[in-house]
Amino acid sequence: MSVIQTPNGYSLDNRGQRVVVDPVTRIEGHMRCEVNVDADNIIRNAVSTGTMWRGLEVILKGRDPRDAWAFVQRICGVCTGTHALTSVRAVEDALKISIPDNANSIRNIMQLSLQIHDHLVHFYHLHALDWVNPVNALKADPKATSALQIATGPNHPKSSPGYFRDVQNRLKKFVESGQLGPFKNGYWTNPAYLLPPEADLMAVTHYLEALDFQKEIMTTRTIFGGKDTHPNWLVGGVPCAINMDGELAAGAPINMERLNYVAGVIDRTIDFVENVYIPDIIAIGSFYKGWLYGGGLSGKSVLAYGDIPDRANDYSPKNLMMPSGAIINGNLKEVLPVDLRDPDQVQEFVPHSWYSYPDEKKGLHPWDGITEPNYKLGAKTIGTSTNIQQLDESAKYSWIKAPRWRGHAMEVGPLARYVVGYAQGHPEIKDQVDKTLAALGVPLEALFSTLGRTAARALEAQWSAHKQKYFFKKLIANIKAGDSSTANTEKFDPRTWPKEVKGVGFTEAPRGALAHWIRIKDTRIDNYQCVVPTTWNGSPRDNEGNIGAFEASLMNTKVERAEEPVEILRTIHSFDPCLACSTHVMGPDGEELAVVKVR
Amino acid sequence: MPEAPPRVLILGIGNVMWADEGFGVRAVEELHRHFEFPDGVRLLDGGTQGIYLVQYIREADILVVFDAVDYGLPPGTLKLVEGDEVPKFLGVKKISLHQTGFQEVLAMAEMLGDYPRHLLLIGVQPVELDDYGGSLRPQVKAQIAPALAAALQFLDGFGIRGQSRAAPLPVEATISTSETTMGHYEDGRPDEEVALRIGDARLLTDGRWSGPGDFEAEIERILATSGRGA
Repeated sequence: MSVIQTPNGYSLDNRGQRVVVDPVTRIEGHMRCEVNVDADNIIRNAVSTGTMWRGLEVILKGRDPRDAWAFVQRICGVCTGTHALTSVRAVEDALKISIPDNANSIRNIMQLSLQIHDHLVHFYHLHALDWVNPVNALKADPKATSALQIATGPNHPKSSPGYFRDVQNRLKKFVESGQLGPFKNGYWTNPAYLLPPEADLMAVTHYLEALDFQKEIMTTRTIFGGKDTHPNWLVGGVPCAINMDGELAAGAPINMERLNYVAGVIDRTIDFVENVYIPDIIAIGSFYKGWLYGGGLSGKSVLAYGDIPDRANDYSPKNLMMPSGAIINGNLKEVLPVDLRDPDQVQEFVPHSWYSYPDEKKGLHPWDGITEPNYKLGAKTIGTSTNIQQLDESAKYSWIKAPRWRGHAMEVGPLARYVVGYAQGHPEIKDQVDKTLAALGVPLEALFSTLGRTAARALEAQWSAHKQKYFFKKLIANIKAGDSSTANTEKFDPRTWPKEVKGVGFTEAPRGALAHWIRIKDTRIDNYQCVVPTTWNGSPRDNEGNIGAFEASLMNTKVERAEEPVEILRTIHSFDPCLACSTHVMGPDGEELAVVKVR
Repeated sequence: MPEAPPRVLILGIGNVMWADEGFGVRAVEELHRHFEFPDGVRLLDGGTQGIYLVQYIREADILVVFDAVDYGLPPGTLKLVEGDEVPKFLGVKKISLHQTGFQEVLAMAEMLGDYPRHLLLIGVQPVELDDYGGSLRPQVKAQIAPALAAALQFLDGFGIRGQSRAAPLPVEATISTSETTMGHYEDGRPDEEVALRIGDARLLTDGRWSGPGDFEAEIERILATSGRGA
């Protein structure tokens, strides 16, 4: 066996050099990636694996469903609020609890705030260094950088040559002290970096500005959620009370002063995204528009559940402002409806995952999901069970299950949402995408790439920033009309609950479609299954042999140097992977360099 | 002109759901429950947040961190690390879910021109991490009180006094989320038959995680090979 055709259209060839990247750094959680490259350094086989076991579901079994949100938001450090929101929605769905209008507006503002925050921090602090070379920035002429800033982001006030010279000097001091800090572990001599020095300096400067600015975005969630750094959520609404004339004090309700503060943050966020983030994407994109690898499943099979309900308690697609639907087999003319309750739509498979099912030929709908670990390596594994040198992808090889939609491997995330929205003719999304393509002078096909994924994230941050404003106005109007209700506690008492119920809650997390399925029995959690975005994107092969989104995105990419996998990191990072909740993380993590082995 | 009192951040980091990895958060919860501090002292449950913590660090002149740390010492050992050793150490053998190591977060604060003048890491060597949904082991839990005493003593050196509260704060007043406070967390745990607690075979065999054999030598090596200490 050496060449395999997958049903989803890939030709996998596992001859040639095997390159192992373990762990993939600058992501949340543990992930390992193995690829085979041919004589021309082109990736011909890709294997992505979550290397640690996931224990989330078992922690929740038997607990009070009203507390589940607090546990799920501890799963990782980045999706906190999104998991919490998904969880309260699942419980509300199971118990048929409706929430007040104000709670819907506040939840949307918090969710959008997290969306923007995550996208911004992901781009500048976890992903930019796959495109930007900070060492090269030291060679930049501050005057040329200033000219570039004025040409690309004319409305950003920080643009003088002196400003860029100061930043460059700070950077120089940092590098000369031998302490590269966040910039260490880079492949700074690799020809895969294409920016001229002044673009590198501009981007590194914005890296620092974004690091400073991101703190403001978080304050919105702290105000409505009441606590740093883990906001409070509530089944039935939101935990904050509204009293417009109230005093400002710790634990005090939401008052006019706090709302004014939120209004200011929303405006400054729009400014930053539109005058810094979007221009940077266009500037960087213009140097990389010839590097259009990494599309993977994005032009073929994409999935979005939708989110941001306009009116409270209506989760139907027409009321969701973020697009929902599925596209399969590259047919962009047809967006199929998605029903998370239908046992035939979302199913998880385990023939290549370290779990057992009674019958592994079949997938299981999450309401009937089983999480039974079974760590077993294939016969062709090289190494030992405690020290794997090369995985055998023909057998079980990942702690991530393989979710499929009607049997199809799907990509989720900002690009999936934007492809679905574009296919549906969503006017705001279409406008944003068309403008970006025009600015870069590239055709629509360019969207289906690593660069497209990174651009879609930025466009979505912009969209989200404006929608925050929409819901803020809606909230204020509703309060002024005399409605200050934020929670419905009618069914908070478990004695009012039926003996056995089930529900599903969904959101669009920053990194993609997220849903929690819950079964409640005798007022306790009987079964809790999360299918998280990185489970979709990072999934291993299924029983038909379809490869998942990460694997597909790496296929046929040319790598400049096999021992410096910049291209692999660039594409995997473009998904904003979060392995913490898709797998369980345990063991030594640290700042160890990614070990790259070429064999 | 009298100098403004230093701003203090007391930070607990880690994940409460992986047994002893929750030490940092539990310690700061307990400190808040039993002691009150003058203005300018912030106690924070940092959980597993990475970059999102950078602003709190930038605002601090004095930083105290509680965490479960792999010192390669006998399980349950409490060890204090001060000053320049703190980031060096945190960046090395860190057991965490943090998207960015805490060392990187400190480096980011420094790049922005704000770095705490005084740092103290109060770490405990974990006994058990591989217990999903589990709480602190008795040896680690027993180190909470000495850890709090160490923090109080350190701050006392700067003239900052934590006062014992007349009565401990109720659960609802926790700085963390009340749904996950230690008592509630431990009481609500399902039986082992219902919810499997163990995991990855690679960690359960001889090859399981372990710390450096000799902590002092490891620190020496790190200091010798990195910019700041050299």
